[in-house]
Parts: sequence; structure tokens; C-alpha cells
Amino acid sequence: MSEWWTYSLRDLLLFSPQTYYRLFELYNLEWWPLHLLALALGAAVLLLWRRGGERAGRGIAAILALCWLWVAWGFHWQRYAAINLAAGYFAWAFAVQALLVLWLGGVRGRLAPAPGSRLQQRAGLGLLLFALGLFPLMGPLLGRSWTQAEVFGMAPDPTALATLGVLLLAGERPLWLYPIPVAWCLVSGATLWAMDAPDAAVVPLAALLAVGLAVGSAWRHAGAASRPDR
Amino acid sequence: MHLTTPERPVTDTPPNPTRRTLLAAIAAAPLLGPSAGWAQQARPVTRAIPSSGEAVPRVGLGSWITFNVGNDRAARDACAEVMRTFFQAGGRLIDSSPMYGSSQDVIGYGLKKLGRPAGLFAADKVWISGGAEGRAQMEASRRLWGVPRFDLMQVHNLLSWQAHLPTLFAMKAAGQLRYVGITTSHGRRHGDMAAIMASRPIDFVQLTYNLVDREAEQRLLPLARERGIAVIVNRPFRQGALLDRLARHPLPPWAAEIDCTSWAQFALKFIISHPDVTCAIPATTRVDHVRENLGAAGGRMPDPALRARMAAYVAQL
Repeated sequence: MSEWWTYSLRDLLLFSPQTYYRLFELYNLEWWPLHLLALALGAAVLLLWRRGGERAGRGIAAILALCWLWVAWGFHWQRYAAINLAAGYFAWAFAVQALLVLWLGGVRGRLAPAPGSRLQQRAGLGLLLFALGLFPLMGPLLGRSWTQAEVFGMAPDPTALATLGVLLLAGERPLWLYPIPVAWCLVSGATLWAMDAPDAAVVPLAALLAVGLAVGSAWRHAGAASRPDR
Repeated sequence: MHLTTPERPVTDTPPNPTRRTLLAAIAAAPLLGPSAGWAQQARPVTRAIPSSGEAVPRVGLGSWITFNVGNDRAARDACAEVMRTFFQAGGRLIDSSPMYGSSQDVIGYGLKKLGRPAGLFAADKVWISGGAEGRAQMEASRRLWGVPRFDLMQVHNLLSWQAHLPTLFAMKAAGQLRYVGITTSHGRRHGDMAAIMASRPIDFVQLTYNLVDREAEQRLLPLARERGIAVIVNRPFRQGALLDRLARHPLPPWAAEIDCTSWAQFALKFIISHPDVTCAIPATTRVDHVRENLGAAGGRMPDPALRARMAAYVAQL
């Protein structure tokens, strides 16, 4: 499509809101009760974070990688691709993120929970709890059906937000793990905005908060490292 | 007097049909014949395709967004009902594109379920960079629709038109499709479209034209008349935004003079009453809207003075 930059987001939307939310409904119906396993994995992430240590970090990475891989295949490739021509690319991006999480977190051990700034810790935990517990309730609270709920490990938005929460809680700063979740959050927000969804800003704002805190943390560390010892 | 009476019989014919158009119309007759089972139930006003004389109803069916329902069986069945109502009301031309997600597949599902009404006028597009891939894409589209050939194949948004048009003309010559066209939307690339219309023997153009997007009146519609090119109008309601805006206001009382019962009919009558427009292709997911849309092709039509009044009225709302 020529001059694509002159089109508005609404012009580029290929489907109706009804079709979009029905997508989640049919996906949930198809895979229920896999959601219970996904929620259990989410709870396991919380428990591992509480335990702390390098092994816990590797466990968290394995869970997140599994979830990203599942969303890549089960949601994007199998479902979303039927109504969105770009979903195949989303699937590949999610699969790449799964590999990155597995490599940097599972093999290199860079997702181990460790104390950071109080704000970063609180934001990370808040984001994780929001993704696991509150996000699935958001649709129903806005009047959509329970059957269309978006659950961590099954749907892309809560999976991306939970990952950003884990990244904020990690002691190291695995910056390579930020771009894909943040990009997805912006894409998802743009899609919802084009559909006039009232919750369109939630996911992008949460992602930008995570990025802001991560960048702030990186600057502080860089500043501390550059100061001469006295 | 602001009104024009719909023609009976309902087909507009070119003012001076040439031998070519008459022969083409006779040749096309068998293609129209089997549709009688559908079309006899309703006879919407038609307009002739200039290059052949073949008549097509002034209101077709678009599939952008509305038919992209993926694998949702219930939604597919709902789309099939929209198509059933469309054919029962006398509709023929359905338009789609590979760009429209699952729309082609959903149309194919509907056609199979309905037993492929023989009056169908299948209009699709080629939307891919490079001519070599064009044939493969068109063949994939044909299989999705489940039709032996397309009636009309258009170059979508002029993408790689230099590569695709020779292929389309060759396919037309080989009887693999009946008409060749090009499309644009949102008022874009009118200059390029005009250049192609002036220099290539295309049968159709598709463009955006409605009560508020009227740029086509300046150059493209007169050129279509001059060159004998049929015009399909997309985005008649600005993807619903125009009707959403108009819905806040009552229909003017004088709309009854042209048999309008809704803003949708008001908007459609404005478009299809333009002498150079062949048909408009509103998209919908509702059977009542299909009936309403096709109803716009009947009844009295506005003359130029009333068309100007319609546009002015909407502009000041």
C-alpha cells in the first residue's frame, strides 16, 4: 500500500471490535481449562520471586519463555492471523522473545530477583500483580463477557506486562528483553485506540512506565559507575 | 423540479450503444440468466457497464472489515445471511481483496452455502508487489471464492499497476476474467489514476466518493464518462463515520421526495444518482442494512440541483 503513512490508524484496522473480542472468546473456549495452568504458572512466578536467588530466576525465565512461545503459536499464529495480516510477524516476534528470555534468563541467569530501588521494586511487583490478577478482570469490568477475558500466559497483553514486571524486579538490567514486550504493548494500545476501546491507554502507559523506570535505573547505575572512588 | 423518475425497465443503457456494447451485452446474457432465481425476487435499478453494456445493480456489497471474521462459524453464517439477503434483494456485485484478511474465504463460505448464485458478479483485487506473484495471488483468491473465474479484477490501490495491468489484459483476452480495473481509496493518487484512465483500456475504476469526499467530481468522474469506464464507489459512508455523524440529526423532510427513509439511503442516493457512477459498494454485517442499502437503488432519484442541496445540507450539519 503506497503512502501508508498518510492513513490513520482507523483506516488500517482490518476488523471490527466485535470480531476482535470474539477472537478471545473462541480462543478461550477452545483451550479452557488451560487457563488454570497458565494462572498456576503465574502464581509460580510470584513464589519464585519471593524465594529469590539464581535458580528462581532461571525458573521464572523458563515459565516466561514457555508463555511467550505459547502465545506466539496458540494465539497469534493459530487465531489472530485469521483476521490480521500482521499477526504472522507478531508470532515470530513473540517466538524470538521466548528465545531471548530463555537465553538471557534461563542460561545466562540474568532474571534473578534482586533488590533494586524501592520505586522500581514496587512498580515491578505492581505490574506483575496487575497482569496476573487484575488484567483478566478489566474486560468484564468494562462490560465485555467473562468468556473474553485475557489471561496471563494465554493472551499477549498480560504476558507482555508480566514480563515487564519481572524485568523491573530483576537485579541485572537485561535491556534486550524490553523492546519486544514494549513494542507489543504499543501495537496493542494502537489497535484498541483504533477500535475506540476505553482501556486503550492502559497497556501502553504501563509499558512506558516500565521503560521509564528501567532507563532511570540504568542512568543511576551508569552515574554511580562513572564516579571516582574517594 | 428536483426529482428524476427511475427508469423502467430498470436498466440504464448508454445513450448511443455501439455495436460492440450490444454484442457484449448479448454475450453476457447467459451469465445473467441463471441468476433469475434470485433476481426475480427483486429488481433494483441497474446501470450499464460502458465497455460492454452489461447491466449491474447500482448497489453492490463491499467486504472491508465486515466479512473479516476469521474462523468464527457463527459470524461466517451471519455473513452468509447477509449475502443471501443481498442476492434475494437483487444484488449481484460483491467486492473483496486479499488485503481484507479472511473476507475472501468468508465470501467463499457464503457462496458455497448459498449454492453460488449464478448472477454473482465477482469483483476482487490483486494486491502484491511484482507482477510474477500477481497470478499466484489471483489464483489463490479464486480458490478462496470458489468461482471458476472473476468477473472483475482490479489493481488494488494501484500497487505495482505497471506490472499487473499487462497480466490482467492478457487474462481478459484469454477469457480468464471479464473486466479489468484499478482502485484507489481515501482520495489518494487521483493523478496517477487519471493518467492510467487516459492511457489504458481499463473497464472499471474504483474510488472514494460520498457526500463529503467529492474530489472525484472534478476530474475522475468526467474522465470516466469520456473514456467509457465504469465507476465503483467505495467508502460511501466513510466506514460508518459519516452515518454516525448524521445520526445525530433528523433526516430533512424533503428527503421523502426522493423516497429516502434513512440517512444511509440519503447518502447512497447521492452517490448512485451521479450520472457517471456505476455502483456503490457499502459493507455491512446486518441483513436489515442490506435491504435498506439496496432499497436506495429504487424509488425516485435526485437531479443535479437536489444533489447539490443534499451535499450542502450535510456540509452545514
